[in-house]
Amino acid sequence: MRQLTYLRARTVSEAITAFTRAGADARYIAGGTTLYDLMKLGVERPMHLVDVSAIENADRVETQGDSLFFGAGALMADVAENAVVRRDYPVLAESLWKAASQQLRNMATVGGNLLQRTRCPYFRNGAGGIYPCNKREPGSGCAAIGGLDRGQAVLGTSDACTAVSPGDWPVALTALDAVVELTGTAGARSVPIAEFYLLPGAAPHREFAILPDEIVTGISVPGTLAGRHSTYHKIRDRESYAFALASAAVALTIDKGRITKAHVALGGVGTRPWRARQTEALLVGSKPTRDAVQAAARAAFADARPGHHNGFKIELGARTIADAVVIAAERNG
Amino acid sequence: MTQSKPAAFEMTRRETMQAAAVAGVCGLVPKAQAQQPALAPAPESAATLPVTTRINGEAVSIEIDPRASLLDMLRERLGLTGAKKGCDHGQCGACTVHLDGRRVASCLTLAAKVDGGEIVTIEGIADGDTLHPMQQAFIDHDALQCGYCTPGQIMAAIACVREGHAASREEIREYMSGNLCRCGAYMGIVAAIEQASAKMREG
Repeated sequence: MRQLTYLRARTVSEAITAFTRAGADARYIAGGTTLYDLMKLGVERPMHLVDVSAIENADRVETQGDSLFFGAGALMADVAENAVVRRDYPVLAESLWKAASQQLRNMATVGGNLLQRTRCPYFRNGAGGIYPCNKREPGSGCAAIGGLDRGQAVLGTSDACTAVSPGDWPVALTALDAVVELTGTAGARSVPIAEFYLLPGAAPHREFAILPDEIVTGISVPGTLAGRHSTYHKIRDRESYAFALASAAVALTIDKGRITKAHVALGGVGTRPWRARQTEALLVGSKPTRDAVQAAARAAFADARPGHHNGFKIELGARTIADAVVIAAERNG
Repeated sequence: MTQSKPAAFEMTRRETMQAAAVAGVCGLVPKAQAQQPALAPAPESAATLPVTTRINGEAVSIEIDPRASLLDMLRERLGLTGAKKGCDHGQCGACTVHLDGRRVASCLTLAAKVDGGEIVTIEGIADGDTLHPMQQAFIDHDALQCGYCTPGQIMAAIACVREGHAASREEIREYMSGNLCRCGAYMGIVAAIEQASAKMREG
């Protein structure tokens, strides 16, 4: 690890000023559960850290009104326990408590979690010339393609990268059309979450539509009654404390026993949080039973490109969606 | 199996290891080096940071390398070796301590971040000679074999109860899933937490 300077900012403008003064090797740090981890692995090599986790009022959470607002500095553990979120948007609460461990949820923020890096083993463990990785060292190649690819994505991949987007919370936010609030030297702006995550294409090192000097200040989620009929269904290699092999965030509007509107996003299978628009369209008019939604669930994987060892994610992903629809529909609403 | 009080002449495992280490050092290196304090000296880098915190109720002021983790600060600089370094990547829970009343992975916590904070480690939970109910419960239920994960398990377990996440065996398993025990003492750990949970509610 390179030598570091560390500065704790009290306001957003103080953080941006400190970041800009520090130059190219500066990084913002919040909980640090991704950044510090990757610094130990030699994947991230900053020389200046600007701590944004103590910015005043950064952990503000608002659940009254037409939309929800989560300050970027709110801890994952606290939002997971929020009574209104648990009652009206179980998909959001579940995506948080099914992620990581309570220790990490007590450290990690809901803003920082948007920027979590992939768990692709070649990305994490290949620094220092051990494995090529186009995300870590642009243009060096991809060791996962043709390698041990059981955990890799089947949707949104390119010839340069198949790394899975690791998050759960971003998947739930994608299903509910969240908006990411950013502030940088050029001022504040809002980015719909569908535009926040970039497909790898030929430049997989570009992952997020955020400028280097910008800070995530908050996340807005438009209110919807579909939140009551919602769930985050996550399938893992073990029952708890693991990344998703496949997951589905589902929120439904149901009238007279039939789905009238569906929000569906997938985790564990795509190179970014994956909105399943085709599935959403096919679910409308359907009864929320496992058999009735099979075709709609499979449609999400029509364009899937499996590698050598991850073809199972297509069947697993479809079943995960179908189960999630049933679970969401059984919620009280 | 459990001895109530160690006899006066007995050494703890740590004292034995320290004695062995000192003996080894004395036999191999010049006297001047052997007399150096056992704890690591402050880093020579000029770019240190002052950190002021309370650890187990005592005020601590220390200059740290900004790269240091809370775990390394506790173990290498302050001699509090109860929290263990397992994976050093937040995956095993052996390093769990409480920061401002919350359980955290001290290996992924920058020491610089705890300035102004309050830390409790496994060394700070007993009341004099009286073990914390969770420590006693781990003994009562044989909730360990090698013991390496135990300080982290106990600190996580105390927090698990205080958070209100110990209402059932299923909930305990879910909220303790960040603490791995490679000996597989999970049955005893869950039973110990159930026992201590009831005791902590009484207290």
